[in-house]
Amino acid sequence: MWLLQPFNERATRLFLGVLLACLALVTVLHLAVPAGHPLYVSAYTVTLLGKYLSYALLAVAVDLVWGYLGILSLGHGAFFALGGYAMGMYLMRQIGDRGTYGNPILPDFMVFLNWDSLPWYWLGFDMPWFAFLMVMLAPGALALVFGFLAFRSRVTGVYLSIITQAMTFALMLAFFRNEMGFGGNNGLTDFRELLGFDLRTDATRLGLFVATGLALALGYVLCRAIVTSKLGRVSVACRDAEARTRFLGYRVERFQLFVFVVSAMLAGVAGALYVPQVGIINPSEFSPIFSIEIVLWVALGGRGTLYGAVIGALLVNYAKTVFTGAMPDAWLFALGGMFVLVTVFLPKGVAGLLSYRLKRKAQQSDDSSTPQEATS
Amino acid sequence: MRMIRSFVPGLLLLFLLVGFVPVAQAQDDPGQALLESLATESYAEKGEAIEAIITSGDERSRRWLEELLDGKLQRHKDSGRFVIVVENRGRSWPVIDALSFDDAGEMSRRDLDRIGINNALRGQLQSALAVLDLYVQDVGERRAAARELLGSVDATLVEPLREVIADEDDAEVRRLLEQGLAIHRLSEGDIDAIAELEGSLNSRVRAALNSAARSDDPLIADAASAALDDIEQKRRLNSGLETLYFGLSLGSVLVLAAIGLAITFGVMGVINMAHGELIMLGAYTTWAMQQLLPGQPGVALVLSIPAGFLVAALAGIAIERGVIQFLKGRPLETLLATFGVSLILQQLVRTVISPQNRTVVSPDWMSGSLMINEGLSLTLNRLFVLGFALVVFAGLMLVMRRTRLGLEVRAVTQNRAMARAMGIRATRVDILTFALGSGVAGLAGVALSQLTNVGPNLGQNYIIDSFMVVVFGGVGNLWGTLVAGLSLGVINQVLEPWAGAVLAKIIVLVFIILFIQKRPRGLFPQKGRAAEG
Amino acid sequence: MSFISSLADRDRVFDFLVPATSPVDVRHGPILYLEDVTVTFDGFKAIDDLNLTIDDGELRCIIGPNGAGKTTMMDIITGKTRPDSGSVWFGSRHNLLAMSEPEIASLGIGRKFQKPTVFEALTVFENLELAMAADKRILPTLTARMSGEIRDRIEEVLDTIGLVELRDGPAGILSHGQKQWLEIGMLLMQRPRLLLVDEPVAGMTEQEMERTAELLTGLAGKGKQSVVVVEHDMGFVRSIARQVTVLHQGSVLAEGSMDQVSQDPKVVEVYLGADPDEEAA
Repeated sequence: MWLLQPFNERATRLFLGVLLACLALVTVLHLAVPAGHPLYVSAYTVTLLGKYLSYALLAVAVDLVWGYLGILSLGHGAFFALGGYAMGMYLMRQIGDRGTYGNPILPDFMVFLNWDSLPWYWLGFDMPWFAFLMVMLAPGALALVFGFLAFRSRVTGVYLSIITQAMTFALMLAFFRNEMGFGGNNGLTDFRELLGFDLRTDATRLGLFVATGLALALGYVLCRAIVTSKLGRVSVACRDAEARTRFLGYRVERFQLFVFVVSAMLAGVAGALYVPQVGIINPSEFSPIFSIEIVLWVALGGRGTLYGAVIGALLVNYAKTVFTGAMPDAWLFALGGMFVLVTVFLPKGVAGLLSYRLKRKAQQSDDSSTPQEATS
Repeated sequence: MRMIRSFVPGLLLLFLLVGFVPVAQAQDDPGQALLESLATESYAEKGEAIEAIITSGDERSRRWLEELLDGKLQRHKDSGRFVIVVENRGRSWPVIDALSFDDAGEMSRRDLDRIGINNALRGQLQSALAVLDLYVQDVGERRAAARELLGSVDATLVEPLREVIADEDDAEVRRLLEQGLAIHRLSEGDIDAIAELEGSLNSRVRAALNSAARSDDPLIADAASAALDDIEQKRRLNSGLETLYFGLSLGSVLVLAAIGLAITFGVMGVINMAHGELIMLGAYTTWAMQQLLPGQPGVALVLSIPAGFLVAALAGIAIERGVIQFLKGRPLETLLATFGVSLILQQLVRTVISPQNRTVVSPDWMSGSLMINEGLSLTLNRLFVLGFALVVFAGLMLVMRRTRLGLEVRAVTQNRAMARAMGIRATRVDILTFALGSGVAGLAGVALSQLTNVGPNLGQNYIIDSFMVVVFGGVGNLWGTLVAGLSLGVINQVLEPWAGAVLAKIIVLVFIILFIQKRPRGLFPQKGRAAEG
Repeated sequence: MSFISSLADRDRVFDFLVPATSPVDVRHGPILYLEDVTVTFDGFKAIDDLNLTIDDGELRCIIGPNGAGKTTMMDIITGKTRPDSGSVWFGSRHNLLAMSEPEIASLGIGRKFQKPTVFEALTVFENLELAMAADKRILPTLTARMSGEIRDRIEEVLDTIGLVELRDGPAGILSHGQKQWLEIGMLLMQRPRLLLVDEPVAGMTEQEMERTAELLTGLAGKGKQSVVVVEHDMGFVRSIARQVTVLHQGSVLAEGSMDQVSQDPKVVEVYLGADPDEEAA
């Protein structure tokens, strides 16, 4: 079974081991250590870590298309947000008649807008299975349509980056409109419970954290399985020499589309796990800056490695939390500086630095085997 | 009448030359005589006096008549001096001299005689005031006054207006007054008046025709409706032209924002995400110039053009040397690194200047609007920006086509190795090209400062649009950028009325995304084997 | 739409599995047939009324000065460029003008580019693996497993192109000549009926050139591949060619054996009246 292929790799086993150990450690430190003890992990921290982990999954999705397919998507925030909105819509319906206006069907913002019935695209979101399916299908469908059009006309490279950015920008403008029926600027918020668990209790928060960690593990294995399969090698081939791949008889656009859609769905799942933890989804998740920030996580961690994306997402977001708390003005300087420094001085990211050390040990001085050199 | 108008100032000048002192002036001022004639018991005589004031052409007549209507033109019982009461509360009232309008201290209310008027005189005064502005020197003011009269002409005004028309030598003023009279005639059932109102875009004319169209007389009603249809058509044409103008104006902004990018991205192939911030720097340069030269917004603006170019060009050179040169041949990395630069520049402006928007003043000669006809006026600042965009475009075309730099740029972009072999210093060309593209972004900023608020996010709002314009027009093609920018502007404005601003923008974005997928090389692609790359 | 086209693909799946029984109909002799082909770039006629026939199993060399239209001709055959007019047939059954690049590749036309393009980030072995004739749709590719048979086939080709020792090294570290061979090896993995080889010996050393000549002449033959070589190097052409076509300004100037062609006065004139051997070398 090709899905189990990655378990043969030492690196994957190591990654999963570390991840699961961390999940267990946080759980134990949260549950078994008394509050006030220096090792105690508060519910706030658990949720913060859960948020980081959902970002990490998003970064893995971006690395799949950028690192292995050579497609720099500046619109993955859109897939993340769509997954988030699908989850948000389910959570809104769960509120029921406990909203400010007490309407059993309509969310508060619709009552406020004097709507008398749910728009058709809200139907079905009261059923969890449907909502969870949409978490993947909505971003998947957008990626399918967008990718089909783009790859069929062989829009690649910088052009593709720019139109993905335009895509997420257009969606942001659209979701800002009240008429769209997604709550306008305010987005969806005031969630109460998920599958019957109260979102405000510590236990649910811990559960969400663990679920996000497991989703990250699964997503990582899935991506690893893809990149180690022959399809993964075809992706790398498309990235490095698209025309050559075509002449070998591969329908490059279909491979690109496949990987792009898988990546979009993963991003959607990440968004869906993110929303209940932060308690809100609004159009700012569609903003082009957020999407390009995701790319920075991947670049900083090291593209084309998957685990690098995870490291990058955790590092940058931890730095963001620290900076925005201590000196909010400096954060954009730091972020901008990271963009410049990473691309100019650290093209292979932190992972590149690590593997360079390892390689030096193994006396292999072959730079061109790593993807960064060959393309971009 | 015309003679008087030019005669009075001449007379005043003469007095001054001869050296009359102000005290003496009070007796010899013709105004004193005019006011004296008002101070009579007979209302008939007062009427004649008012008539005399109107026809005198004296610049003070308007004020006199207004104060008379208000009951504030009064006469000091003892001295016979005419004053204007500023405030009539309490026992003594502060007054000003009615001839010189100078402060005349306070006078006891018992010492003052009010010049009384009756209702007939009040009516006469009101229409007289309306007509009075038709006697001023400035043509623009006379036209405005005539326009003001449309729809408010009544029987009492008919005669004075006829006289004015006979003496008026500006055709526009005459036409407006004739229309005013025609509206009056129409209201009295004169069907021929409709012919004179045909084709006018004035809203009051339309209101008059509208009420005539509901008239009981079917002949008048039909004729009025026909005239209205005619006007409606003209109005549609006008609003079409207006949309086109706004579209071109928006388009010119897009062209300005994108044209620098067309050089750095289109010609050099460098993705500069900090392009928007270079625009922002240009706008802030204009603001800084105006801070340096307070009270001289015009001079500051003109000086900002070279200054904005220079500031943005220097910033561009810094970006090229500091970041881009290390990322040659890695466009996606360039994109990310320059995005980082854009974040830093934005935050720099927020920290050093302010996160708030700054207002840039428009000089007088750029505010106001150019009136094409009554339904269509073009705002001057937009017209200037449109012209500026075209000038910048033409200048760039010249640089690229006619100068040594342009030739070298084209050589380096087509075959870098060969160009270097021929002795072209490619690095120098890179720097200069990038400086040129960046400088043009600065110019865009100077222009934009006249249309929008200047703030740290200014550039961000234009970066996606600019890329869209360049890609839509066809990368590497300056003409394509011009056509794409202008047409996207017009499309946006055409969509806006029925889709709303946000939806129009979304539609345009979606349209471009689809278009690029249909024609990945834009409107005007570069053809041939080399372009296949 | 993609469902229907995947249905239409099914007969070609058959083709992949049993490459020996190619559906290409060569009973009437020629495997490739270009008739009256014209291509214009911005008013410049790159190909002007070109007629060319390649027989099954033939090794044909195409020579001509720069700009004669050699590369454009290859682009047309492989579907990269569409001609303004004319027709291109593969065997007597397949109209190449109606097919996309991957379809043409699947039919059994392999192309080696002027500049060697191999997948530098992948190993030599993986390069050959990707090139192998197989079901190249998405899911089969995703779940594909390495069988002993495939391994043997790859080893066989590695041996042919002489890169056995370098099999697990990344293709990026190969020398220029080795990349050229790897690319030819990749073409061989496709089991093509027709090989289009663009300037295979550009930048090669004398020994590498000899090896390449051996490789190419060994490939062509009845029931094996037909090979079309575009080359500038006259010495190399003389060493492998049986049949030579001279292109000039987008159409055929002369055709025949190397000796016939090099004595053709028109050809001599095109090469500036000089001995073509000296001039082009």
